Amino acid sequence: MFSDLKQWFGSGKPWVWLNAGAVSISIVMVAALLILIGIRGLGHFWAKPIMEADYLEPDGSISRLVGEIHEREVVPREQIQDPTLELPEGTDTVARLLVKTGNRDTVGLDFRWALEARLQQMRYPEKLMAIERYEWGNFYGYLKEVRQDGTLVASGDEAWQALQPLIERAGELRAQIKKIEQDDIGAINYQIEKLRLAERRLELDGVAAGSREHQAIAEERQVLQNRYQGYQARLRELYQQIGRDSLTGVVMDGQEVDMPLSVVVRAYRPNEMGLFDKIGFYIAKLWEFVSDDPREANTEGGIFPAIFGTVMMVILMSIFVTPFGVIAAVYLREYARQGPLTRVIRIAVNNLAGVPSIVYGVFGLGFFVYFLGGNIDQLFFPEALPAPTYGTGGLFWASLTLAILTLPVVIVATEEGLSRIPSSIREGSLALGATKAETLWRTVLPMSSPAMMTGLILAVARAAGEVAPLMLVGVVKLAPSLPLDSNAPFLHLDRKFMHLGFHIYDVGFQSPNVEAARPLVYATALLLVLVIVMLNLAAIAIRNHLREKYRALEQ
Amino acid sequence: MMRAMTTVSSPSSHNSLTGSAATPRNRWRMLKDRLARRGVAVGGIGVIIAIVLIFFYLLYVVFPLFVPASSEKIASYPLPGTGETMVLDIEEQSGMAVRYTSEGQAIFFATRDGGIKETLSLVPEGRRITSQARAIAGSPLLGLGLDDGRVVIARHGFKVGYAEDTEVLTRTLTPTIDYPYGKEPLELLPQGAPVAHLSMRDSEDQLLLAAVTGNGQVVLGRFTKQTSFLSEEITLERDLVVIDGLDISPDYLLLGTDLRRLYVASRDGTLLHYDINGTPRQLERLQLLGRGEQLSSLRMLVGGISLLAGSTTGKVVQWFPVRDEHNNHHLTRVREFALAGQPITAIASEERRKGFLVGDEQGRVGLYHSTAERKLLVEQVADTPIVQITNAPRSDTFMVEDSAGRLHFWRVHNEHPEISWSALWGKVHYEGYSEPAHIWQSSSASNDFEPKFSLTPLAFGTLKAAFYAMLIAVPLAILGAIFTAYFMAPRMRKAVKPTIEIMEALPTVILGFLAGLWLAPVLETHMPGVFAMLLVLPLGILAFAYAWHRLPRGLRNRVPDGWEAALLIPVVIALVWLSFEVSLPLERALFDGDMRAWLHNELGISYDQRNSMVVGLAMGFAVIPTIFSIAEDAIFSVPRHLTFGSLALGATPWQTMMRVVILTASPGIFSAIMIGVGRAVGETMIVLMATGNTPVMDFSIFQGMRTLSANIAVEMPESEVASTHYRVLFLAALVLFIFTFFFNTLAELVRQRLRRKYSSL
Repeated sequence: MFSDLKQWFGSGKPWVWLNAGAVSISIVMVAALLILIGIRGLGHFWAKPIMEADYLEPDGSISRLVGEIHEREVVPREQIQDPTLELPEGTDTVARLLVKTGNRDTVGLDFRWALEARLQQMRYPEKLMAIERYEWGNFYGYLKEVRQDGTLVASGDEAWQALQPLIERAGELRAQIKKIEQDDIGAINYQIEKLRLAERRLELDGVAAGSREHQAIAEERQVLQNRYQGYQARLRELYQQIGRDSLTGVVMDGQEVDMPLSVVVRAYRPNEMGLFDKIGFYIAKLWEFVSDDPREANTEGGIFPAIFGTVMMVILMSIFVTPFGVIAAVYLREYARQGPLTRVIRIAVNNLAGVPSIVYGVFGLGFFVYFLGGNIDQLFFPEALPAPTYGTGGLFWASLTLAILTLPVVIVATEEGLSRIPSSIREGSLALGATKAETLWRTVLPMSSPAMMTGLILAVARAAGEVAPLMLVGVVKLAPSLPLDSNAPFLHLDRKFMHLGFHIYDVGFQSPNVEAARPLVYATALLLVLVIVMLNLAAIAIRNHLREKYRALEQ
Repeated sequence: MMRAMTTVSSPSSHNSLTGSAATPRNRWRMLKDRLARRGVAVGGIGVIIAIVLIFFYLLYVVFPLFVPASSEKIASYPLPGTGETMVLDIEEQSGMAVRYTSEGQAIFFATRDGGIKETLSLVPEGRRITSQARAIAGSPLLGLGLDDGRVVIARHGFKVGYAEDTEVLTRTLTPTIDYPYGKEPLELLPQGAPVAHLSMRDSEDQLLLAAVTGNGQVVLGRFTKQTSFLSEEITLERDLVVIDGLDISPDYLLLGTDLRRLYVASRDGTLLHYDINGTPRQLERLQLLGRGEQLSSLRMLVGGISLLAGSTTGKVVQWFPVRDEHNNHHLTRVREFALAGQPITAIASEERRKGFLVGDEQGRVGLYHSTAERKLLVEQVADTPIVQITNAPRSDTFMVEDSAGRLHFWRVHNEHPEISWSALWGKVHYEGYSEPAHIWQSSSASNDFEPKFSLTPLAFGTLKAAFYAMLIAVPLAILGAIFTAYFMAPRMRKAVKPTIEIMEALPTVILGFLAGLWLAPVLETHMPGVFAMLLVLPLGILAFAYAWHRLPRGLRNRVPDGWEAALLIPVVIALVWLSFEVSLPLERALFDGDMRAWLHNELGISYDQRNSMVVGLAMGFAVIPTIFSIAEDAIFSVPRHLTFGSLALGATPWQTMMRVVILTASPGIFSAIMIGVGRAVGETMIVLMATGNTPVMDFSIFQGMRTLSANIAVEMPESEVASTHYRVLFLAALVLFIFTFFFNTLAELVRQRLRRKYSSL
């Protein structure tokens, strides 16, 4: 046995196995990471059952605990500072549960650690209700009654039936309010601001007050003001309507809570939901996540503005990076004389891909934002000064910064594509009398287009996931308006925007209520990973396809 | 370069068209061809220049940090007004200055030509000013000691207005004087002796004055402020203390800003340090200067902590109180500056920086910065000894009075005196610290804050993070690459390579988020298990391999060679699970149930939840694919005939691997590691999220760090454009740029050489 072991070691086999182990560990790490994000991200939308239990407090009294169980962990006894806890003989570990108790308005905290050993009679009553709200987080408890204009409509079991249509009504009213506040009044505000700037411009140009131009502006402003008054009146009416209904709930300590239906997003009873109900609920939540605005300091609701901002930025970046990257690659490969200088340039371009992204951010902030942006403001937007227009971070500068960051990726990929095209094809084209430009345009570039695609996809994947430089050049945690809207000129390149990656950083690390925000961060991370993995898989597929194609050509 | 390229490519295009007739269509085609060539060349070169611009722009922003200070004379004119100058002060934008005379007048004059704008009388009829003091350096709040033992507290100001009579706005200045504690002088010295060597400090609730009487006593006047509720008028309640029995002649008096310290110094350099919190108590007695030197000037640096002692031999010595282990403060000699060997006659501190101006007996003026230990400038300003020196609040001009009664007004260009090689990289003894240290602390709310711009802790943190990341990444990536490139079955390799490539593409913000919010707590609760894993994983894999080896051949042959890694995946999962399972029992058995507490109590190691271990794992994860791909590439492309030859000569696959393949591919592996280092050094989001971002100099694996890149991400948005802080952050970016560029270039050159070597083999 021993000699066998010695011989086995002598053969070097164990080392091969260790090497194999390194590969396995790496693969397990990737898989574990993806699975972790997947489970936590997707699990967030599933309706969790609400537990109710009696909790034996350390002082001997018994209280009621209601909430969703979020986590369970086992720790050594010694780490629990709880002298009165009685454990059966021989156990040295304690399990504790992280319970989301919600009701931040009555309790103060919406999460609580509870020792499993102190929980008695855990049960899942069907009548327990969860309410998602626009403020104060979730509500957990029993529905007692529903009121309309202060008069009782229904109580007890009927209240639940009566509640749903009223919530729907409130939801419709809220949609109307939102439309007026954001779209209509937003547009008026935008125009009034433009008028203010126009007026300031006139002042700067030395047009005397009271002139025709000034009067025109004043008239226009009056019209807008009148329209604004009209909307205000309508809003007041809507607010009155939405405040009509209210409900009374009973929380875990028996306290009764009144809440107007205007703050309710949805109410549901997870414990009585069947599988199909849960699936329906899941889809609704998922849809809300990708299509809605965030609420409660980004810890609840959707991430639509972040998705939109990311997409806009990536599209703009692609528009900047593709032509320049391709031209540089074509120049380097097709026109420049191949020599030491092009070699140096090639190495330099290649290495720029390895320069830390934060350096690009610093460059973007200093050169684009402060230098170029500052000068643009002086020249074209003096009326807005000292408030900067382009002299502060925004969508345009962010896209441009990322375009420079990803330029090496596109150049390298395109060059590789160009170098893979057999020279016989170029020579054939030239021999048939085509000029060099025609050869390039008609044969070489179309043939290398998959390589350019690969480069672009890789660039997009990198840009979508890059956060550090964006933090310096225009990403914000909450943008008041999207960079694309119905106000001319529709695309507002100077606006700040939200970004998926920054959203993860901000909500996960800067949020006052990290525990509540965590599931949402996982979901956001999952979305980002999915986008990037898909982009990369596409790039890999295109690249493989390309290799096959040219292998066939060369033969 | 353009010319070269044209000559090369023109024959081909001409050849194709020479025979054909120059029809309009062909001419158009030729034109298009030329346009395309020009366009592509311009575009291509433009893009390349744009890329190069990054480097030059960073350099352009950083450059002013290292530009030496310069100055030029603006004007020189006789003293406006009469009498001896007590105080000189320049207004914010250097348009106007004020001169307080011994005759009790404040003479406001234009700095450009000395033309008097206004003269205001400050003191009661017939009194003279014998002594003056400022509340803090540069403050317009002055104490003016009179010859009858009383003190006037006055404050001058320059009201800024804009005259709109012409097309352009012109700035107008109206001098003002006000008396925050009433126009009536405060009684300080008994018996109406002239106030000498006045010193003053002003705080929220009290005004502290100190002066010397005619017979060498020091009188300390503590005026407690009382604000009446109704009129918001301030009344002062006086409390006098006399310090007598001094055995030195009190030639200089200075009060500390904390209102707890009094320094009394004599011309021979002896200094007495008093604690005046309560009954005055002498703390220490020391010699400010060396043998044979006399004290010729004593001033405080802005902030009121450091003393600047000017000597008759042309030296300025900086002292400040340093706390010892018993919490007692001792004045400590920190550093010294030399001018030109002539007695120092005047010292003036800058108002917003730790810089100061020094004038000497031969009319020379020197400009220094204390923290950076820099002598920035020496100018011959006058021909006679300098008696007064002052600088503008922005430190962009200064004014000097010489003993011949002339004022000299100079402009200074001195934007970034705080930066020197020693301030950036060396240990610096900062005010309030007990010893020289490397500290990064760039900003604070207060104006007289001493910025600490040491890049050393940041560079240290960067390297530390990279080190721990490489500790995880290098073994896994290189071993994995060896197996994948050389032993793995081609079909499996086809699946593994894209997996690793996707791993490379994972956004680092996600890794950082998982590291900070998921991994850090997991590591904290399962620490013993994590350390057990280091042992369990390799041993477990070996044990499994041996067991596999002992399996009957028939069973073994079901799995072909090259699939070991797939076989090991469940094993690895099981081993990790096992490690976590033994974590709790281990913690109970070895560490009394709480490893964190054990580390702290037994070894004195403090544990940060977001520490180097977390960063190492997360960043290791990010770097593995980079190293893996390049190393795998290098190993895979080792020419086959080398390995075949070795195998044919009877070497085992492992021997072939170690002695032939690795040796040949080692430059490629080296460059893979270099590129990995480059990536780890520049990574921002992971360190930002997975560490506490405290700039400490501690190599402990249980402590966090702050890296250059994370520091930029944190501080850049708040830093003021073109300030020293802004430029230092650019310098940090430039350092990162050069560092990674250097490592990448090195790696690239090595790889290119390797490729040439392979092709020649």
